[in-house]
Amino acid sequence: MTAPATVPARGGDPPDPPGLPNAGPLLAALETVRDPELDEPITSLGFVASCTVSADGDAEVRLRLPTYFCAPNFAYLMVADAYDAVSALPGVHQATVVLEDHFASDAINGGVAAQAGFIASFDGEAVSELHGLRAAFLRKAVMAGTDQVCRPLLAAGADPGGLLELTLGDLPPSASLERLRQRRAELGLPAGDGAPLVIDPATGARVSPDAVPLHLQRARTTRISIEANGGICRGMLRHRYDSSGLGEEEQR
Amino acid sequence: MYEKNGEKYFVVDGHMHYWNAAPDNWVPGAEQYAKGWIECFHAYMGLGPPETHWTLEHFQKYSEDDLMKDVFEDGHVDVAVFQPTYLKEWYKEGFNTTERNAEMGKHHPGRFVYNTRFDPRDGDEGLKALRQNVDTYGSKGVKLYTAEWNNGSRGYKLSDPGAYRFLEAAQEMGIKNIHVHKGPTIWPLDKDAFDVSDVDHCATDFPDLNFIVEHTGLPRIEDFCFMATQEPNVYAGLAVVIGGLMHARPRFFAKCMGELLFWVGEDKMLFGSDYAIWEPKWQVEGFVDWKMPDSEEYADYPRLGTDGKKKILGLNAAKLYGIDVPAEYQLKNGGTPGAHEVLGGEPEEHAASGA
Repeated sequence: MTAPATVPARGGDPPDPPGLPNAGPLLAALETVRDPELDEPITSLGFVASCTVSADGDAEVRLRLPTYFCAPNFAYLMVADAYDAVSALPGVHQATVVLEDHFASDAINGGVAAQAGFIASFDGEAVSELHGLRAAFLRKAVMAGTDQVCRPLLAAGADPGGLLELTLGDLPPSASLERLRQRRAELGLPAGDGAPLVIDPATGARVSPDAVPLHLQRARTTRISIEANGGICRGMLRHRYDSSGLGEEEQR
Repeated sequence: MYEKNGEKYFVVDGHMHYWNAAPDNWVPGAEQYAKGWIECFHAYMGLGPPETHWTLEHFQKYSEDDLMKDVFEDGHVDVAVFQPTYLKEWYKEGFNTTERNAEMGKHHPGRFVYNTRFDPRDGDEGLKALRQNVDTYGSKGVKLYTAEWNNGSRGYKLSDPGAYRFLEAAQEMGIKNIHVHKGPTIWPLDKDAFDVSDVDHCATDFPDLNFIVEHTGLPRIEDFCFMATQEPNVYAGLAVVIGGLMHARPRFFAKCMGELLFWVGEDKMLFGSDYAIWEPKWQVEGFVDWKMPDSEEYADYPRLGTDGKKKILGLNAAKLYGIDVPAEYQLKNGGTPGAHEVLGGEPEEHAASGA
């Protein structure tokens, strides 16, 4: 058996033997996979326990979550997205993604491996695939992202009503702005330079002047809720596993 | 009671448990779920101060003496509300049932309020059991765990017709307070199990019932806030917010408190330790000492003063449950908590005896 190129859960990266696929691109692919509730990469959250790829192009990713009872629908999305991201890499012939230590591990791992979809993976327990759920949480991410880019403007003295006049192109470039654009684009909402800054994430329509203060309050609450959940999830994960995940980062 | 700087706080623990989650109580064939559940709870304990952590073995099954010491002797609590969680598919005698709570509580008259529970999927048998519990234990409230597994079903919504039937019946029996606890599963599984919009429907349709959303809807604090602000009979149960954030994530704790104070208000927030996940002592003491940080980030949030802390720690829940509070613990300026006058009549013996 050929030794796999492995990124270990702790310590430095061993150099990959020449000629073998590199595990680094695997991790880079996994960085594009997000926890839909927390709107953060599964890597920075510490959910990636290991990823390896053999000389033959067999990739294996092992994921872990903060609890045995994390919601199965979100867990399924992360496993399925990880499978898609890794499978798409050049040189990967077969991808296996394993969710460890979860009450629905068998249903999720088997369902994703078979490309069965959520309904078939949870026979009789689901009536829809998870597009609606994902979109609902993308809209929350857009609200939270709106707070991220608007809060500094408000702190600098901007009038809430004045934000209505701004477009995305009026704001200085930042990671938060880029992230907001991406989330809006994923939902099919306007994300270009000419797009209004403050929109209703359900419709894409400009928010009316009367509704702006409340809209911004809701944006802030949504962001705080998501960030507080992230804090709890990180604490639970640390209690459950005493090693860092691959690419894990402290909370921003 | 708790006293600090000359201020006296009457403490009602609005959410606590007396469970047996030790292996002797695990259902054969469902051991992995029973084990997973209690280990998940134990991980929450990890968010509290290290000196308050227990071993898993102790956490699985603690004694009556442990509870009395932790909650009342050391924990400053005057009256505690038992919130049962059955989980009989995983735990042979249930995780913590109304019967188990009352059996223990009868040795300590006046200390406990016995809430019971129902599961709309239990149909007529469930209604009968509910009536029996209300008659036997004098329950004024129920705890509903919507993610409970029941005969292949992974959960229910409070807006399901079956649930309305139970809410109507419970109201007729004299139940006033509906504690709602959301979990990770529901039917169908593709929906967000933590969604609280079903509580919104119920609160509108049952204006004479109070709906206390436990752990403030977390992980959907935002949805909970937007809903609670519109419904006069919806309350925030602070279990998990104080226990899970005040020590581990003080910045987020302050922000969550700020959001809750803004949207829900100090008249409609209730302390709950979630014992034995966390001991009340450090929560009560820390909460009394807590102050909204002064920095710019928190400038927009309402402040919480001594009166507000008194309401949250006990006076609001005392009002919801008709618990008699001695004059020395009442608000000095004569203000009253905004909790609904639901029980009416003269103050009654607050802890229904198990006799």
